[in-house]
Amino acid sequence: MTITDTDPGTVLDWGGPLVEGEVVLDDRIPARAPWSAVVRAGHVLTIVDVGGNQSADCLLFSDADRTVRYSVPDTLAWQGNAYVRTGTVLRSQHGTPLATVVANEVERQDTIGGACGKESNTLRYGHHTEHQHGCRENFLAEGARNGLSARDLVSNLNWFMNVPVEADGTLGIVDGISGPGKRVAFRAEVDLLVVISNCPQVNNPCNDFNPTPLRTIVTAPTGGPQ
Amino acid sequence: MRNTSTVSAARDDARAQAGNLAEAMPYLPASSSPFAPTDVDPALLTWAETVAPGGYTSKVVARGTRLRFTDVTGDACANVLLFSALATWERLNVADTQKIPWQAYLGEGHPLLSGDGRVLATIVADTSGRHDAFCGTTSDAWNTRKYGDAAPEGPSPSGRALLTLAAAKQGLGPRDLPPSVSFFQGVRVEADGAFRWLGSAGPAEVELLAELPLTVLVANTAHPLDPRPGFTVGPLRVHAWRSAPTGPDDERFTRTPELHRAYLNTIEHAEARGL
Repeated sequence: MTITDTDPGTVLDWGGPLVEGEVVLDDRIPARAPWSAVVRAGHVLTIVDVGGNQSADCLLFSDADRTVRYSVPDTLAWQGNAYVRTGTVLRSQHGTPLATVVANEVERQDTIGGACGKESNTLRYGHHTEHQHGCRENFLAEGARNGLSARDLVSNLNWFMNVPVEADGTLGIVDGISGPGKRVAFRAEVDLLVVISNCPQVNNPCNDFNPTPLRTIVTAPTGGPQ
Repeated sequence: MRNTSTVSAARDDARAQAGNLAEAMPYLPASSSPFAPTDVDPALLTWAETVAPGGYTSKVVARGTRLRFTDVTGDACANVLLFSALATWERLNVADTQKIPWQAYLGEGHPLLSGDGRVLATIVADTSGRHDAFCGTTSDAWNTRKYGDAAPEGPSPSGRALLTLAAAKQGLGPRDLPPSVSFFQGVRVEADGAFRWLGSAGPAEVELLAELPLTVLVANTAHPLDPRPGFTVGPLRVHAWRSAPTGPDDERFTRTPELHRAYLNTIEHAEARGL
């Protein structure tokens, strides 16, 4: 049994890996749930947006030293651009590469919008949302299983979420530009602990107001490191 | 010729240095600052310091403290991290700071939010308008590539090296350092996402109001996107004084629905703690 708020009748496209090779892990993340796995250096993680416009909030940690973690500002400053696309190197706070986006079926991916949470929901929508589930809760719960705590949570990636920045600095989460079966794939440059929150937000369009499952597939690329 | 050959001679030599002045230094008591704000009663000052180019500082300040950063020459870059001094795992969350006010660019009235739905500080005055919450601060790898050196004792310290030291002075370690914001060197985002360097507005001031007791870390070092090939940073002045946190009588308390609820959360938290 899985907990899911997915509307009956939602089109689901479970897709498949974006990069050929031996499949070493193939998981399904239920709607609203967290997930984590260690992806070995050289292996590629494909994330499938099964139901379309489902935000996959994502944090990365070097498995060898988990104080070395994904850094939004280093990733963005290094490439001189606020959006994540194919070729973006996902960097740590030391500027070192943690992963590289090797394939992407969405025009641009977000890493500005951060994660939702019970407390921030009260600011965004009102105090009636305080007891709804949030990504921060998923990160804390999955983090705890990996020895991580609130001190380890930083700004994250939001695969399949759409956050435009307008000319005057106005920014926000708007209708998605992904769809059922759309995928993104990144290659781990070091052994990588990947933590994903399958976003449970139901107060903005980051999930089309309809949380859906995700699929995560790790492949060892043909001819690549085993 | 200095005589430090005996303990008493060394003591006399050390004591003779008292009263020397440096371009960058703290002023104690704060009311003695030669640069004290003319619009503030000096008796209320709690912190006065000039932070060196390539320098850092840190302080724990009371709820209701006003913090004025002054870019003296137009070349300062104040890289700032804020933590709740009550529980330092509650700290600046740049994503919430941009997302919740629906505005990426920092300016007067902008809240610096924690990830826990509260306002750590409010930007209450700003004569610059050129700040950045996208690019964070520099890493050792960045400054080594750009300037050839990143060490805190060298000519072009990285922001991360400086913030790591500032954090350590407050009992905080690498896990406690999230993305930071910077003041006085602006960046804008083009339609395709590309960053456009705006740089400095010239000498300017920014004032923060502490809405909770705060641990404040400051590194004064070049912005990552500063296009100048040489490490160029000017002095940063800090003055802080006792005041009151934002309350229902302030216009900004209800300026937006998001801000209103953020202040309500912050005041509830402070009052529950007996502050």
